[in-house]
Amino acid sequence: MTDMALNRTAVERPPAPPRRWTAGRFWGNAVVALWVLIGVGFVWYLASSWNPEFVEKYGPRYWSGLKVTVSLVLSSLVAGALLSLPIALGRLSKNRYIGALAYAYIYTFRGTPLLAQVFLIYYGLGQFSNELKSIGLWGFFRDAWNCGFLAFTLNTAAYQAEILAGAIKSVPKGQWEGASALGLPKLFTFRKIILPQALIVALRPYGNEIILMIKGSAIVAIITVYDLMGQARWVFSKTFDFQAYLWAAVFYLIVVEILRNIWAWIEARLTRHLIR
Amino acid sequence: MENFLGLLSFGAEGWGDEIASGVGVTVSLALATLPFGLVLGFFVALAKQSEEPSLRLAGNIYTTIFRGLPELMTLFLIYFGAQIGLRQFLIFIGVETAIEINSFLAGMLALGVVFSSYASEVFLSAFRAIPRGQYEGGYAVGLSYGLTMRKVVMPQLIRLALPGLSNLWLVLLKDTALVSTIALSDILRQTGIAARVTKQAFFFYGTAFILYLLLAILSGLVISRIERFGQKSELAR
Repeated sequence: MTDMALNRTAVERPPAPPRRWTAGRFWGNAVVALWVLIGVGFVWYLASSWNPEFVEKYGPRYWSGLKVTVSLVLSSLVAGALLSLPIALGRLSKNRYIGALAYAYIYTFRGTPLLAQVFLIYYGLGQFSNELKSIGLWGFFRDAWNCGFLAFTLNTAAYQAEILAGAIKSVPKGQWEGASALGLPKLFTFRKIILPQALIVALRPYGNEIILMIKGSAIVAIITVYDLMGQARWVFSKTFDFQAYLWAAVFYLIVVEILRNIWAWIEARLTRHLIR
Repeated sequence: MENFLGLLSFGAEGWGDEIASGVGVTVSLALATLPFGLVLGFFVALAKQSEEPSLRLAGNIYTTIFRGLPELMTLFLIYFGAQIGLRQFLIFIGVETAIEINSFLAGMLALGVVFSSYASEVFLSAFRAIPRGQYEGGYAVGLSYGLTMRKVVMPQLIRLALPGLSNLWLVLLKDTALVSTIALSDILRQTGIAARVTKQAFFFYGTAFILYLLLAILSGLVISRIERFGQKSELAR
């Protein structure tokens, strides 16, 4: 149709200038070719070492590992979200001491490696097994999964509290003042006016936090939890076959990419009224 | 209490010297990774904001892979993968020897690619914050592309990217703890050995925890000094 319109008015356009081989184009094509080569090599390697016995023997292990990873991340994210509420409120509190306490908590858990936190809880508290037995908590701390869960919850609570506090602070003061001018109670204002606006700001950081947790959860493999990474380590130690790790890497990439796309969709959906 | 101080002393009985060397390894690994990751991240960002579609694609594949993989997985893939790949290669050319990849180098490479994929995003958003007019002004006074980059764009870019990059430095410092799993004697590995020998796990892992916290506080002080230095030359508005 546009062709016909163009013909009728008989506009003589000069031909588009030829795309020249600039340095950028050369390197771009070279690197893309390299990626394609790596991708083909990767698929070829996995296909050539495809072994029905391997899949039959270890496939269920990967599936159970994936389930452990997802359940661990999901439960610690939810528990962390609950724990983050009082911490975020403390961070926003006008009381200097409560604010400092919340800040100290957040700083401590964000400033140290997750691996060190996991070790401190799993091995460090394991040293006090007799004391823990006497108060009846040993049953909890004996299990590596529980220790990983506790460490992840404490860790993600710090991150989520910071996200939430920052988001609530980002809502302009006028929103509070407008609501109080209308005579709305404080809690109602928070629930119906401040929080919906804050959560939109927090949406993206929350998505990043979920992805960071999925990636971070791989370290529980070191304290003998058989998550996806743990199973890959186990299979590698049995077979010395490198595809043990490659398959787990593929699964991690798939999970993260699916989550990223779902989150982008949710974000686009929830902020569609903001598009100008 | 004295017992614990004895455990941390420098000498034959204490573990102070071992842990101090662990701090040295952690800090030097992070410091060695930083320039490598920064340069790589800058070039990936350049590729991602280029007008050439193939360069953009190449850069985006890079970040998708290394931001999607767990850091531990990247580390294992590089450490074991390089080892197996090299062995296969040596068998292929007819040499049969047992080889060990240097775990410091593997750690640096793995942490560097992860760092660079995040840094490229920071650089990219900094690039987008610099108006086109800055480049055009550079060309108008006769500067070449390279000179415009170096003298006009870079000074502004660094200031814009600094907050994001200092965040990434703290992440890098924490990620170095992962190399303890490939037998590199960093803080966590040294304190772990001490914990196993002395059966004082809580004390030694607590020491590691506090050491990492101190490193984070120290980096925070240095970063705020750098930021103040950067703000000094900013226009008073």
